[in-house]
Amino acid sequence: MDFRLTEDQRDLRAGVRELLAGRYGREALRESVASGAAVDRRLWRELGEAGFFSLRLPESEGGVGLGLPEAVLVFEEAGRALLPGPLVATHLAAGVVPGAATGSAVVTAFDLGGPLVAHLGEADAVLGAEGMPPGEPVRSVDPLTPLWRSSGVLPPEHREAGALLTAALQLGSALRTVELAVRYAGEREQFGQPIGGFQAVKHLCARMLVRAEVARTAVYAAAVTGDAAEIAAAKLLADEAAVRGARDCLQVHGGMGFTWEADVHLHLKRAWVRAEQWHTAREAEELLAARLGTEAEAEAGADAEPDAESEVAVMG
Amino acid sequence: MDLSHTEEEQDFRARLRAWLAKVLPELPAKPSPDDWPGRRAYDLGWQRRLYDAGYAGLHWPLDAGGRGATPTQHLIFLEETERAGAPYVGANFVGLLHAGPTIAAEGTAGQRARWLPPVLRGEEVWCQGFSEPGAGSDLAALRTRAVRDGDAYVVTGSKIWTSHAEVADWCELLVRTDPAAPKHKGISWLAMPMDAPGVTVRPLRTLAGSAEFAEVFLDEVRVPVANRVGAENDGWRVTMVTLSFERGTAFVGEVVACRRTLGALARAARANGRWDDPVLRRRLGRLYGEFGALWRLTQWNVSEAQGSGGVPGIGGSVFKLAYSHARQELYDAAAEVLGAGALSLEEEWTAERLSSLSYTIAAGTSQIQRNIVAERILGLPKGR
Ligand SMILES: Cc1cc2nc3c(=O)[nH]c(=O)nc-3n(C[C@H](O)[C@H](O)[C@H](O)COP(=O)(O)OP(=O)(O)OC[C@H]3O[C@@H](n4cnc5c(N)ncnc54)[C@H](O)[C@@H]3O)c2cc1C
Repeated sequence: MDFRLTEDQRDLRAGVRELLAGRYGREALRESVASGAAVDRRLWRELGEAGFFSLRLPESEGGVGLGLPEAVLVFEEAGRALLPGPLVATHLAAGVVPGAATGSAVVTAFDLGGPLVAHLGEADAVLGAEGMPPGEPVRSVDPLTPLWRSSGVLPPEHREAGALLTAALQLGSALRTVELAVRYAGEREQFGQPIGGFQAVKHLCARMLVRAEVARTAVYAAAVTGDAAEIAAAKLLADEAAVRGARDCLQVHGGMGFTWEADVHLHLKRAWVRAEQWHTAREAEELLAARLGTEAEAEAGADAEPDAESEVAVMG
Repeated sequence: MDLSHTEEEQDFRARLRAWLAKVLPELPAKPSPDDWPGRRAYDLGWQRRLYDAGYAGLHWPLDAGGRGATPTQHLIFLEETERAGAPYVGANFVGLLHAGPTIAAEGTAGQRARWLPPVLRGEEVWCQGFSEPGAGSDLAALRTRAVRDGDAYVVTGSKIWTSHAEVADWCELLVRTDPAAPKHKGISWLAMPMDAPGVTVRPLRTLAGSAEFAEVFLDEVRVPVANRVGAENDGWRVTMVTLSFERGTAFVGEVVACRRTLGALARAARANGRWDDPVLRRRLGRLYGEFGALWRLTQWNVSEAQGSGGVPGIGGSVFKLAYSHARQELYDAAAEVLGAGALSLEEEWTAERLSSLSYTIAAGTSQIQRNIVAERILGLPKGR
């Protein structure tokens, strides 16, 4: 067992971080917030060329042929950069919807449970749906996730990968808000010293890191095992790390945190959206409880001779 | 990212599992929690069996009498012993998990030869004399003094919350050897025999009712200078080595134990109908997810340690913070499953609920751990 990232995986992550810093840095982010254009078709195609959507497609089908662990690292970076658009749905549509793999098509999904769907007006297709369903625009809490009232079904076969990749986006956002909070706490002075010297502030930051680190291992492990319960736990913990992390980060920023100028609210609002996508906390908890129940029963049945192998699958 | 085990690791697991299945049924009955001599004998007996089977000091270096196993093998060992319900290290905790590793890392050849084998063979028990009535979180404020007199230090002062002091043979003792030096500089690390004249142990009852720890009074106790590990006045650095061991590996097996408890809770909740309460059920589901993630975090930390030569990093602080709080939540959930039955001290989960309260305090409180995370991992300015 060696849980650490391989060199290739580290390189991949660094490469994506660099690409996004150059192509979707803070100015680009603020520009899209100002214009309200969530999906930039040119950027979408560039992401496609870089293999963002075709990452897990076999090489024989024109893809990169990598797995979920690599996809998770790439999506973590996208979350860090607050990259907007239906990234997960388009990634899942690669090989299914023409043009998705290369980024020439924008594909969204009914991952918000039915009453709402994101990016409908900007999308060319909806994952698993025939044609474009009608929808009524709704004012969205997140300026870069336009919403429509519409209904449709989420194809169940994509549910787990969708939840895991969304968890990776949340993780990236959570790690980014730790950085933003720590940087601000080191720069902003009050009472003649950086506020990061005050323990109340320090402890907010430490809590953010602990939540993010626990979420990180959960997300990475779920990507390696692909186990449904581990994916549900990863989503649950990453949602919490992102939402509570953004909230704490906002607190560290004080009045500045409550302004439109600071990026913190963008992280918080996106994290709220993602927390409703693919797996809500309620669904994840129920799924985990069901697994716990089955496992507990199996153990009671096997009693003297616990079925070691099945447990190892979950425990590693 | 590879969570699979090598053939060698799988072999190791299989052999260990077979051995556990053979020896555990032969163990004598567990002594009562208040019977300290009984507990000592039981724990040392278990240690002796581990020694005879070649499992003692698994992760210790070979030249310290250990087996030089990889951190992954150590992890498998902790996982399997806990899963099989094997005895916990118990009275041998300090010797195996921190005094031993510290002596292995910082002691002279003679010191290693004197102190390490008896710990591994289950012959000598150690306790940790760090905290004092006026020096807990602010450990470096300790005042117990050691004044040099020929080839001995004369030690006077008192220690508190010393676990297993009642039955310990040795104490890893922090003393002030230079009162004039800055707080962190004048401290030394001594191995003190607990039967030396001038040592008085007064057991302290915990809120759980048992006497887990004690006050230790030191009245002109003579400790040979040869018992000092590390240089004089360099004890703080030596101590930091000890504490990284304490936080790094101390709670690993217990994550497995908590997962077992969750399974038992689910069964109990189904049996008494509480499983139908969605709020409770979801709470248990969430805990199941959290402990699964904590196990993964353990594997992550172990992989990191494997990469850095085996000394646990400060990632241990992140783990301890998350784990100690999750453990308290677990036993609160247990109380909800039990309902009013949780008020009975006969209930095993009630005793565990009480003892879980110590995890956010012992080995550095959550507040202190957060300072460590903020300052040493996140690089925020140091407090006073
Ligand atoms: C079960 C158990 C076993 C133990 N075993 C041993 C043992 O074998 N050997 C040994 O040497 N010690 C042992 N201890 C002692 C343990 O290490 C100390 O209790 C612990 O370090 C806290 O110190 P304290 O009790 O003096 O609390 P204090 O330091 O008095 O702290 C009281 C409160 O103030 C907070 N606080 C203190 N300083 C700060 C700060 N700078 N910032 C924010 N908050 C702060 C603490 O977090 C805590 O909430 C044991 C403790 C327990 C509970």
